[in-house]
Amino acid sequence: MKLDCKHVWEHISEYIDKTVDAELRKEIDLHLEHCEICSAILDSTRNILILTADDRTFELPVGYSKRLHERLKDEIEKTKQEPPVSGQK
Amino acid sequence: MQMIDTNEAGQIARIVAGEKELFHELIRPYQRMVYLTLFAIVKNETEAEDGAQETVISAYRHLASFRGDAKFSTWLTTIAINEGRKRLRKAKGAAENSIEEEEESHEGDYTPAPLTDWREIPLEALERKELREALRVAVAELPDIYRQVFVLRDLEEQNIEETAQALGINPGAVKVRLHRARMMLQKRLVPFLKTTAPARRGFFGRAL
Repeated sequence: MKLDCKHVWEHISEYIDKTVDAELRKEIDLHLEHCEICSAILDSTRNILILTADDRTFELPVGYSKRLHERLKDEIEKTKQEPPVSGQK
Repeated sequence: MQMIDTNEAGQIARIVAGEKELFHELIRPYQRMVYLTLFAIVKNETEAEDGAQETVISAYRHLASFRGDAKFSTWLTTIAINEGRKRLRKAKGAAENSIEEEEESHEGDYTPAPLTDWREIPLEALERKELREALRVAVAELPDIYRQVFVLRDLEEQNIEETAQALGINPGAVKVRLHRARMMLQKRLVPFLKTTAPARRGFFGRAL
């Protein structure tokens, strides 16, 4: 069976995640070898994912960690008078 | 499902037994994830930070009820999602019930945008600040159900099972939403890339 582009697009996400079955993967690979358009779509999607996972893209507010651990420190101080953390013996 | 790593399990046991300060170390690898999860739901920096603090405090208080049958990160994400949803409900008013019940519609165009010159864009293009900004905006503008799945999977790099468990949906829904989210982002970012891409070197250029 020969895959058309639309069929490939439907599976791009799973192809990237490597969750397509071996048979389909082979067909997609074959298609990609000669289809510039699908290859470009695949590459662009992959690059977007690389960019997404890059820590510099989604940054935390300045001082987030410091404030968080200060709050936590206060909480721990508060519970120090109590026996072990609630819920279990 | 995998078990939590033994080092972490040991750490948790010690905290529950009374070495409370160790919680600072336990949470550190996950504090970014907690914030991003909150942000994916409330879409506001201050709310996300407040919610992240509440999540961490809540996890600390209830640590003893963590049983280790899920991963610690999944357990923590569930707390974060609940905290985010609580804040969203409060913001939208108690009468608003529909925020979570949004379903995938069967309409809509989730096909990617074709482009032929992406490969000509040098890798350094990914280093550009404007591209990061465009991506941030595009992610923020995704419909809620797609954004939440996308953030857990592609930003926090949790797997499909973990994402499904944390959001209380089935793995099939995770895959569908993830695919659509990715295609929507691809489509949104392509025009941006095209306008800033350098001229093509010609079809056979890169083969030389």
